[in-house]
This record gives sequence, structure tokens and C-alpha cells, in this order.
Amino acid sequence: MARNAGRPSSLESVSPRGERRPKPKRSVGRYTLLSLTAVTLLLPVWVTVSGAIQPYSEVLDYPASLIPWPLTTEPIREAWRIANLDRYLINSAVVTVLIMIGQVVTSVLAAYAFTFLKFPYRRALFALFIGTLMVPTEVTIVANFQTIRSLGWLDSYPGLVAPFLAAAFGTFLLRQAFMSLPREMEEAARMDGMGHLRFMWEVVVPLARPAIGAVSVFSFLTAWNQYLWPLIVTTDPDMRTVQIGLRSLASANLDELNLVMAGTMIAALPIIVILLLFQKQLVRGLTAGAVKG
Amino acid sequence: MAGLQLDALTKRFDDTLAVDAIDLDIADQEFLVLLGPSGCGKSTVLRLIAGLEYPSSGTVSIGGRIVNDVDPAKRDVAMVFQSYALYPHKTVAQNIDVPLRSQKLPKETRSEMIAEAARALDIADLLGRKPAQLSGGQRQRVALARAIVRRPAVFLMDEPLSNLDAALRVQTRAELVDLHDRLDTTFVYVTHDQVEAMTMADRVAVIQEGKLQQVGPPSEVYDEPANTMVARFIGTPPMNLITGSPTKAPEVAPTDGREVVVGFRPEHVAITPDGWLRGKVLLVESLGHERLVHCEVPGGERVTIRVDPDDAIPHDGEPIGLAPTPGRIHWFDPSTGRRLP
Repeated sequence: MARNAGRPSSLESVSPRGERRPKPKRSVGRYTLLSLTAVTLLLPVWVTVSGAIQPYSEVLDYPASLIPWPLTTEPIREAWRIANLDRYLINSAVVTVLIMIGQVVTSVLAAYAFTFLKFPYRRALFALFIGTLMVPTEVTIVANFQTIRSLGWLDSYPGLVAPFLAAAFGTFLLRQAFMSLPREMEEAARMDGMGHLRFMWEVVVPLARPAIGAVSVFSFLTAWNQYLWPLIVTTDPDMRTVQIGLRSLASANLDELNLVMAGTMIAALPIIVILLLFQKQLVRGLTAGAVKG
Repeated sequence: MAGLQLDALTKRFDDTLAVDAIDLDIADQEFLVLLGPSGCGKSTVLRLIAGLEYPSSGTVSIGGRIVNDVDPAKRDVAMVFQSYALYPHKTVAQNIDVPLRSQKLPKETRSEMIAEAARALDIADLLGRKPAQLSGGQRQRVALARAIVRRPAVFLMDEPLSNLDAALRVQTRAELVDLHDRLDTTFVYVTHDQVEAMTMADRVAVIQEGKLQQVGPPSEVYDEPANTMVARFIGTPPMNLITGSPTKAPEVAPTDGREVVVGFRPEHVAITPDGWLRGKVLLVESLGHERLVHCEVPGGERVTIRVDPDDAIPHDGEPIGLAPTPGRIHWFDPSTGRRLP
């Protein structure tokens, strides 16, 4: 007791929830660093957004103003019209949703098999499966292109979607989540007469929802941002996705910077919305299984 | 309702022999407790009966039918797990409903059966809650309800009381015995707690090192342990075992003067100056209702004596004489550990 008598401050720095609050001096440094990082990351986004809602003449002003004025929707409407964005956005949405559903379904099934089914060489097969994570997309792109062309799927949704319907990353993430379920629950399900499909659907999937949410968001983001593959398998402008539309908008209108910014903003909007809606799920899912309990 | 037979049941995990040729007949409606220390193989026996493990050799028969190749759900057994293994995202009613839905029963029948099981276990007002909103004791009841709802022939329970606090454990013990009486079903109950075994079982099967050491009513296992392993495991504190060639014992050892293991329970020995066994007091423990005197006997072995708190208590270091109660002395073969007649 006597040793602590002169140090009441150590009690004060503990919050009611038992977390240790950083000391004031430290937190000034921490918040400065965080603010600087936030400004560095958000400034380009802000410049894009403000460029997209100003007339062309204001965008090129020097010194540039951070507050956009006067405001106009003209660049957005113009970019939409010139770049044929409605068609591209629909294509992107269809392709992204199909890829997302495909990846979630195949990841759940594969992760279930690797976790709950006993079959010969299970570990070796899983290692091989995960090994494909180390193969860059560029390596398989030629083979994939030849397959898609031989199937006659160039310039079509199946061609855009098929190579991405299964994902090792999602399988890995979900297997970790499934493995954290208590073994006794699987045994209880067997005693209760649940088959594999019913156990997966009724127990495993609801309990692994955060991880499945993370896989969905992650596959949505990657699929939406695809550029190289859609560029290769589509030549018909009606089948191209928004990222390609953006690239052609940029190259055709290099001088009209605010149109490019408006196009970029439109293309990024769905991702931002998805991220804002699911960010908690995404963080929770990516760390799920890392710590037991 | 059905009896249960284990015939030379053996389970090997790689190089480890978990269950070693166990033969056991469990009668219909019997309450049998598999008792043994952690890692002795008792849970593996239960899992073999349940069908969660496949035997390396031997057979499991339920109701006269060999079920080695029968799926766990089709063996007509239900199991209560140590962790209860409830489905956390389902309500209590949905948890109890799971095995009924597997049987594809109509909804009205299922509802009636759920209500009946809930009434039997006094959880009718909890049916809409989820497991996280229940106390340990309530979860345990839900796990029991999920097991009884489909009226299985055999109940398997794997240390179902180990997660409850001491007071609740005593209460639940009595309730399980009552449940057994009401259901008229065979219970196979695994525990490492001998108090549970002694208070609940019709018969106790003591398992150690994967082998069945002794089967019998609790009093028989306590009063006539089949070998030194059982003698050491049953009873708190356990039976005193001393190896030697007793020449002064009032009862003659059945070994013609050869070395023998003498056993006597702490309550079956008196401290008396003319006791034939000499010892030196090491420590006296007071437990309130009784005292335990720990002493050392020639040869360095330790002996514990249970003493009434009103009796004279020797001091630490005091030399004393010990006289095991005649007729309560057990003799064991020092090489095999087996009880001598």
C-alpha cells in the first residue's frame, strides 16, 4: 500500500472499461500522426470529388482552391453521357455480383470440405489449394483466355465471370473461421441426425456470418476493380466494364480533367458505399479465427 | 429401451491404445457410471457407443443388434456433451427441435414433444431465449431436454456436471437420478468424480489405462476393490497401501509369509499404543467434521488416518501405534496388484 501512496495518477489513467488511456503528451503525438495520415489519404479523394462538381475553368485555377465553387453537376452528367457509364456500370454490377456469389458459394463448400470431411491427402490438397495464392493472375491469364475463347465466351458475361468463381483466399479465410467452431457442436449435430448439407446450412453458415461477410465484401471489391481481364476478353463496347470505360474516358478527354474526375467518382461510389456499410464486418471477419474465444 | 453390450471393444489411436478389449454388459434401464481418471479412455468408450468413433476391433450392440456400422443418429442413443454443445444462434425451442426435425415429424407433434420435454426439465419459460441468455444450469437442462425429447433407448452423458458450481452440482445430481427413475431408460454416464459415481450409479465401471478394472455396485467397488488401481482411485483420501511381509498382523496374510500389499481405508484404522503397525505423525489436517492424520510407517510409506474431531489428536512428530480394523484389511498381490482372496 505504502509504495503506491504517492502515485494516485496511475488509477486515473484507467478508464471505467479497464482500458489504459494514453497519457496526454503521447496522445497529442498519436492524433497528429493519425490526422496527417488521414489528410494524406483523403486529399486526393477530396480533389477528385471537388473537381467533379466544378466547372472546367475553376479546376485549372492557380493557386487551386480546396473549396469547390461554383458548384455544378455538369461534369457528372457529361461524363456519364460521353463514357456510356450506364451500360458499363450495369456490366460491372452484373459481373461483380456473379463473381461474389460464386466465390462465396465455392469458398463455403470448399472450406467446409477441408474442415469437416475426412478424405485422403486432405492436408496436402489444402496446401496445394492455398499454394495457388502465390500464383499471380498474369501467369494464368493466357491459359484462361484460350479456355474462354475455345468455349466461345469472349464478349460475354460467362467469359468475364468464369475464371473467378473460385477463390483460394476465401476458402482459406472461411476454413479458419469454421475451424474455430467447437468440435462438440459438429458431433452434437451428427447425433441429432443432421447431414452435412443441413449442418453446413443450419449451423456453420449462420455462425460464420462475419467471416462470410468479409469474403463477400473482399470479393466484391476485387471484382469491381478488375481491369486487365475484362480488357482482354471484351472488344464489344457493350460488354466492357466501368474500369475500362474510365480508362477510355481518360484517354479521350485528357484535356478535360473534371470529366475524368467525375467518371472516377461515379465508378468509386459503389465501393465506398459497400465499405462504409460493411467495414465492421470486414475487419471482424479478417481477424476472425486469429484469436480463439 | 434397450440394454447394451460391449464385446472386446478396442480403440487404437496411432500408437496409443485408448480402449483395451473392454467387455461390458449394461442392463436395460440401468444407470451405469464409467469412472476413471482423466485420459483413461472412459470418454472414448462413450464415443464408441455413440458412434462418434469407429472401433479398431470388437463390437458395440444396442438392444441385441450390433451397431458398429450404424450412423450415430440411427443408433437410438442421445448424448449430453460436457460443453452442452447447444447451437448458439438457435432459441431453446429450436435447439430441442433439431433432433425431431431430423425424424421428419409433423409440426404439431414436434411442438407437443418440445413442450413436454421442457416441462420435464422445468425450462418451459425459457423456450424463446438463446443459449447466451441462460445460466450454466439452464443450459445444462436444455442439453438434457434436447437429449430426452426424442425418447432414445440409451442416454450417454459425458461429464455433464463438470461445468456447474458445487451447489448446483449436488442439486443436479439428485435431479438426474430422478430423471432416470422417471424415464426408465438406460443411462451411461462418464465422470472422473467418484462422488457422482457413488451417489448416482446402479453399477460403477472403473476404467484405468484403457482397461476395465472392476464393475459392480458402488458399495462393492468401495468395499472390495478388485486391485490396487481401484483401491487407490476410489475413496477420498484413498485406501492406504503398504507393501511388506506382515508378521504381527492379527489377520494372517494369504501368502505364506511372502511379500504382500496390505490395504486399509483411513476410517478403518485406530490409533492405539499397542497397534501392530508403528508410525510417526507427519501432519494433522483439520476438515471441521473430521481430522486427517498423515504418518510415515517403516519403509517410508505414507498412511492417512481419519479421526473424529472429538478424539485425542497426536502431535506432529509423535510416534504412534496403528491398528487396522480386523475384517477390514485387504490383501493384494504385489506383482499383479490383484486382490487376494
